[in-house]
Amino acid sequence: MFTIETGSGFWTPIVWVIAIVVAFLVMYILRMFGNKTYKKDTEQVKSFLSGNPEYSKEHMHIKASNLYWGFTQSMDGFYKILRKMHTGNASDYVLWFVIVLAIFFLVEVM
Amino acid sequence: MSIAIPEYIPALIVAVPLLGAFLTPLISKINGKLRNIFVILVLGLNSLFVGLLAYNIFTKSTPDSPFIYTYIFGAKDITLPVVRILFEVDAMSIFMAIIASILTLVAVIYSWGFMKENTGLDKYYTLFLLLTAGMLGMMLTGDMFNFFVFLEITSISSAALVAFWTHKGESVEAGFKYILISTIGALFILFAVAILYGQYDALNIAVLSNAIQYTFLDKIALVLLIVALAMKAGLVPMHMWLPDSYSRAPATVTIALVGATLASLYGVLRVIFTLYGNVLLEPAKFDIPVSMFIGWLIIPLAVISIIVGVMMALRQTDFKRLIAFAAVAEIGYMFLAIGTGLAAMGTAYGRTALEGGIFHIINDALDVSLLFLVAGAIYYATKEWSLNEMGGLARNMKYTTIFFIIGLLAVAGMPPFNGFASKLIIYESTFQLNPILAIVAILCSILLLATFVKVFHSAFMGPKLPKFSDVKEVPKSMLFAMGIIACIIIFFGLFPGLVVENIVRPVADALVSNAQYLSAVFGGV
Amino acid sequence: MIIGITLIESGVNLFLITLGYRKGSVAPIYTSSPGGVMSLPIPQALTLTSIVIGVAVLALMLSLVIQIYRHYGTLDVRKVRRLKE
Repeated sequence: MFTIETGSGFWTPIVWVIAIVVAFLVMYILRMFGNKTYKKDTEQVKSFLSGNPEYSKEHMHIKASNLYWGFTQSMDGFYKILRKMHTGNASDYVLWFVIVLAIFFLVEVM
Repeated sequence: MSIAIPEYIPALIVAVPLLGAFLTPLISKINGKLRNIFVILVLGLNSLFVGLLAYNIFTKSTPDSPFIYTYIFGAKDITLPVVRILFEVDAMSIFMAIIASILTLVAVIYSWGFMKENTGLDKYYTLFLLLTAGMLGMMLTGDMFNFFVFLEITSISSAALVAFWTHKGESVEAGFKYILISTIGALFILFAVAILYGQYDALNIAVLSNAIQYTFLDKIALVLLIVALAMKAGLVPMHMWLPDSYSRAPATVTIALVGATLASLYGVLRVIFTLYGNVLLEPAKFDIPVSMFIGWLIIPLAVISIIVGVMMALRQTDFKRLIAFAAVAEIGYMFLAIGTGLAAMGTAYGRTALEGGIFHIINDALDVSLLFLVAGAIYYATKEWSLNEMGGLARNMKYTTIFFIIGLLAVAGMPPFNGFASKLIIYESTFQLNPILAIVAILCSILLLATFVKVFHSAFMGPKLPKFSDVKEVPKSMLFAMGIIACIIIFFGLFPGLVVENIVRPVADALVSNAQYLSAVFGGV
Repeated sequence: MIIGITLIESGVNLFLITLGYRKGSVAPIYTSSPGGVMSLPIPQALTLTSIVIGVAVLALMLSLVIQIYRHYGTLDVRKVRRLKE
């Protein structure tokens, strides 16, 4: 009851979980060999931004629309077509239904 | 080993929420808390009935004699010709009923804390119980016109619930678009049922599927039924009502809407496999069987669904609209699995694809519901819709963050959660039909992970913003509801073999062999 | 929009009723009937149900339209689209 068999393979999650737990244990043991002391409230605790000054908290947080700028910019042509398709106009919703119905009719019945 | 339950349990499963819906306005005149407890008790009792029926059906079924419950209204046994309304419950129906009852029970537990400051709550709970009754009736019935009536009940009550917050303009607009699309779909379904009735003089699914031949009018009815039901399920390019109505409804209504969408998907399966089951192997034009024809018609739409859903989800800045587009992509996965199962009917990998699709139905319902509940919790705590304004919430809301991480990993198909198990089956079986399908599915799964990581970063990670400094954790009832779904997700992820062998395989067997469905009505004649 | 839906609904109801017509038939009532072929009663029941459902949907849609007018100030479908893309 622990494995599922697809047509050409199998998958057992318990083995995977045990492997991950072993990996975490190895990581933790390696971490325990590190240096534990640090000086509180000095420069060691502040965030490092390659020497740039830190602005207010709202400025430092990257907003959601700017996160995947590279991806959305490179697929710009595709996105222009997609945005034009999603108009929000209620008549267009019915129009798409009629178009798909017509295509299915022509292929299936004629 | 089966529990002795009365004959009329399918009728009880639909009647108990109806009775509760009628009693709720009376009880809410007495006290508010009493009404909440009453609704939770009604839905809990209903889930108990569904669980008993499911236990009986799944333990008594063997691969060549599945156990089917029939309940006829108003007579003792079934006499031919069938003129009364029939509830016929086989493994597929009770599987969807399990999903519906889990979703609605979790929703009312969640709405104890979520809807506390709203007025008009008695109408909310009444409509919610009506919605449950409609959904369960759609899944348990064995009669086409009864299906149409329950479909209309579901769409009317859910449209009124979508427009619940009438003080904001967008909710009312979303509700109007939802009822518009629902009504057009339902009227075309009625048109197709009328065509079938005019030809064969029967409304019962079993009688119709015994008598059906693939004439010209039958082809028209099949196309109308599939396209109208697929529009209600959210297949691209008819999906545009789905983000609008999912994003502007309260979070608990959204997960009930997920149940209603999956009920329309159940309708597609019932029509193709059971109603037209006898003609699926006949040759249509160019000497290919009908099942391959319909399968290859559905597969391109499903692939476009996955791509469009994921691409549009990457750009959104509104939290719930993003999750709604991801839900469109997941519906695309289910249709891809169904299309592959149809196009490769009779081969081993076609059966596996169908199993993967059915397993994915319950996985996706749970994952997307958990994400919507987390979105509702964030709205309750911060009153913000847009992702651009949020940040650094993980310090204040620890449990919500953990639930969101579980939902994120499960939706994107990461091991060891349940999303990976069902998506693995879909990848491997669609690869054997055509490698391009599997490649597109895997790539879009990765993009889905990217989308939700974006949400995780912008809502939960980051420095502590001063305007959110007094945001507290959400009330305990909401955490309890989210915890139930998270526990079920982890359980399905760690023991997938249990679920696939005992629940999903009987469902796939019952769906493909419609001879068993017929013999429950015709009694071996 | 709403008028369009009413048209579709009336069309489907009409189609349902005419399915039950037999040539030269009388109404399907048994008490003191003049005899002869009767038209089918089942589509009449289906149509009644469908008309009632249509009334309920129409009532809900009209009330939603009243609320939309109060929020948006216009009833033009091309302008009521705050939820786009």
